[in-house]
Amino acid sequence: MGAGHAHKLYRHGHSPVHALPPHCKLAAVLCFVLVVVATPREAVWAFGLYAALLAGVAAVARVPAGFLLRRMLIEVPFVAFAVLMPFVVPGDQVHFLGISLSVPGLWGAWNVLAKGTLGVAASVLLASTTELRALLLGLERLRLPPMLVQIASFMIRYGDVITDELRRMSIARRSRGFEARGVRHWGVLGKSAGALFIRSYERGERVHLAMMSRGYTGTMPVIDQLTASRAQWTAAAALPLTALAVCLLGWTL
Amino acid sequence: MSTQPRKQPPPSLEVRGLAYAYPDGHQALFGVDLTVARGERVALLGPNGAGKTTLVLHLNGIHTAGAGSVTVAGLPVAKQHLAEIRRRVGIVFQDPDDQLFMPTVREDVAFGPATAGLRGAELEARVVAALTQVGMAEYADRPPHHLSFGQRRRVAVATVLAMEPEILVLDEPSSNLDPASRRELADILRALDVTVLMVTHDLPYAMELCPRAVILSEGVIAADGPTRELLGDAELLGAHRLELPFGFDPSAVPVPRGR
Amino acid sequence: MHVPDGMINLPVSAAAGVVAAGAVAVSLRGARRELGSGPLAEGHGAERTAPLAGLVAAFVFAVQMLNFPVAAGTSGHLLGGALAAILVGPCTGVLCIAVVLLMQGILFADGGLTALGVNITVMGVVTVIVSYGIFRGLLRILPRGRRSVTVSAFAAALVSVPAAAAAFTLLYAIGGTTHIPVGKVLTAMVGVHVLIGIGEAAITALTVGAVIAVRPDLVHGARGLAAPLKLRVGGELVDAPAPAPVAAATSRSPRGLLAAGLGTALLLAGVVSFYASASPDGLEKVAADKGIDRKVEEHAAAGSPLADYGVKDISNTRLSGGLAGMIGVGATVVVGSGIFYVVHRRRTPANAPVADGRS
Repeated sequence: MGAGHAHKLYRHGHSPVHALPPHCKLAAVLCFVLVVVATPREAVWAFGLYAALLAGVAAVARVPAGFLLRRMLIEVPFVAFAVLMPFVVPGDQVHFLGISLSVPGLWGAWNVLAKGTLGVAASVLLASTTELRALLLGLERLRLPPMLVQIASFMIRYGDVITDELRRMSIARRSRGFEARGVRHWGVLGKSAGALFIRSYERGERVHLAMMSRGYTGTMPVIDQLTASRAQWTAAAALPLTALAVCLLGWTL
Repeated sequence: MSTQPRKQPPPSLEVRGLAYAYPDGHQALFGVDLTVARGERVALLGPNGAGKTTLVLHLNGIHTAGAGSVTVAGLPVAKQHLAEIRRRVGIVFQDPDDQLFMPTVREDVAFGPATAGLRGAELEARVVAALTQVGMAEYADRPPHHLSFGQRRRVAVATVLAMEPEILVLDEPSSNLDPASRRELADILRALDVTVLMVTHDLPYAMELCPRAVILSEGVIAADGPTRELLGDAELLGAHRLELPFGFDPSAVPVPRGR
Repeated sequence: MHVPDGMINLPVSAAAGVVAAGAVAVSLRGARRELGSGPLAEGHGAERTAPLAGLVAAFVFAVQMLNFPVAAGTSGHLLGGALAAILVGPCTGVLCIAVVLLMQGILFADGGLTALGVNITVMGVVTVIVSYGIFRGLLRILPRGRRSVTVSAFAAALVSVPAAAAAFTLLYAIGGTTHIPVGKVLTAMVGVHVLIGIGEAAITALTVGAVIAVRPDLVHGARGLAAPLKLRVGGELVDAPAPAPVAAATSRSPRGLLAAGLGTALLLAGVVSFYASASPDGLEKVAADKGIDRKVEEHAAAGSPLADYGVKDISNTRLSGGLAGMIGVGATVVVGSGIFYVVHRRRTPANAPVADGRS
């Protein structure tokens, strides 16, 4: 994570989606996902429409499909879980290619797959059109406790520094002929993790000193004030509102 | 710089009989006396464990004196004016990664003045001015992690300059710098119109930048004088575990452009 | 292990969100107390929270990337909940894990946004409370010393993972969008997670052991166990006379929290087991009504790779479901600690007394 990964997560651009204030985008994505999750799974067409909506946002944001799909690989573990469902869930059985599958299981798998995938796609779109720093400011603007935002901000700032330390330790180990191959090498790795913790904690103490030296008393000064115009809120609300309409249709039809 | 009109400006820093023991009983300072006049550049030399960092942490009230006093431009370091003291004393820590804790260079430089209450255009102007002083203005929107070590150290200096300090305290400013970055930093420091206290092991660097030097050893000031004289006294240096680099002859170096 | 969107229904997700928010709110207060001690703290607990918790969160994030090879190319990694709780205290631990999960959800889409509350509750709150409760409880019982600390860390981490799995199962039983028989879910989840827990326990114990060998003062859960002060007398180090023997650590550790931790662990096991064994699950009932449960059982056992980890007598779902909680959570503690004792006894650590940690 951290700033160093920013270029991987974030795709620089100047689209209307990039230009929206981060807190509008965060709120929009959250509402969209809520609506998706609230949609009855039987309304298969609704999920198709949601996917089309997201594809539309991606097109406006000029995020290529390949980039989006590669980032969505994160969901592979729960795809595996979903695939199991037709086998383990009891209920009416259907036979497909000689395999007996349960109907509720299939519905369950569909439900998790469809909703999970849409959730992942929405989050990926958010992260690839919003800078890390902006996301944090947006969270703060959405009234997340400032202390949590500060912690997250430090985590992002030092994530790379600490991952680098981890990498240097690994290089140092290997330079001395150590290659972790099995459980019997865990002792050494555990020592590395312990050393990493000590370094992290001590760095935290030094950072605190540096902060106090510049007058910190527990609250971060507001340096960038986020504002959003009515037009920007409306633009951001387009996604969840359309989705809500689809959802309501899904419940009534 | 704070420009209150005064006829005889009080010294930037005045330390009197400062003694300190850590809460666990380990005593690090045994009565330090040190006066740094306004505009002076002084090198604080001393071996590892002499108490240099402990002394530095007293200057802005992170440690509170067990005995004795610290006064910054006439203002005693005490709980009730810590905020003002921390604005006046700008400490540049050894590892710039510790000092640059904000997500971007600009926010980091803005942190100090913003904590002091500055906002908007005034804040922005202060940030730009500080970054320009260290030649890093075009890096304002970069995350600190993407800068080279030398650049990070310069930004660290800028974060402190943005607070317009009375005295700049540098902890091992030349450590881990390549020769070019070292020279660039020296040029920047020389160009600043501010009192400097430089904590270092790097004796040639001290000689290059500071006309005056003091040696802190075993928790007291063991020597105080012109840097050239102190560094020329091999016996004195040896007694305090200080060594000149191989082949370095202080008497062969031109006198630094001091003030 | 991150729960995606759509797996738990909205009401339960929202309830979990409320629980998570409450836990985070409590932790925000508690973390100040936990981080407010140490030679440089001098009453700066509140100000230290952000940088220290932030750095620990970064550490948790980084250490999750450290690969621990198991065998034949497979490897595991640390989840870190128990480790964080033991090293920096339960409140800071909850904060760190919550922030890590929040960032993973927003930045990496790892774990659904609507499931954030579920994820924080399961992986943050339950893991931390269970592991810290067990850790402190064992420390009180076991003789004082570093080995007790590592043993307790091992047991705490070992139990915390299946406990989190059981908590997830509980949430799933109440608000799962698809009714998989709870007994089976529990058996499979706890079974698999006991295995994962063993790995987690070993890594956690090793890491805590490594920290306590160098900076025992940084192991929050074991404060008060630091080596006695030494005096240099004629070049020899001798023990300083102990100042009014300790009790500081125990008095500082909130008794209520400890009780709550152990209580929650028991309650979880109890409730989940009760629920699993007492309730003939909705779909099972349907299946039984339709007279196809025999077939289902076959499929469940044959089709699922998880079946290997189930309790043998899986056809008796109620019993096995009820037992799994007990067996999984309870027995492994005993066995695990036993094994660890044996393994650990062989290498007697000869750790030098600690530096004063200042330069």
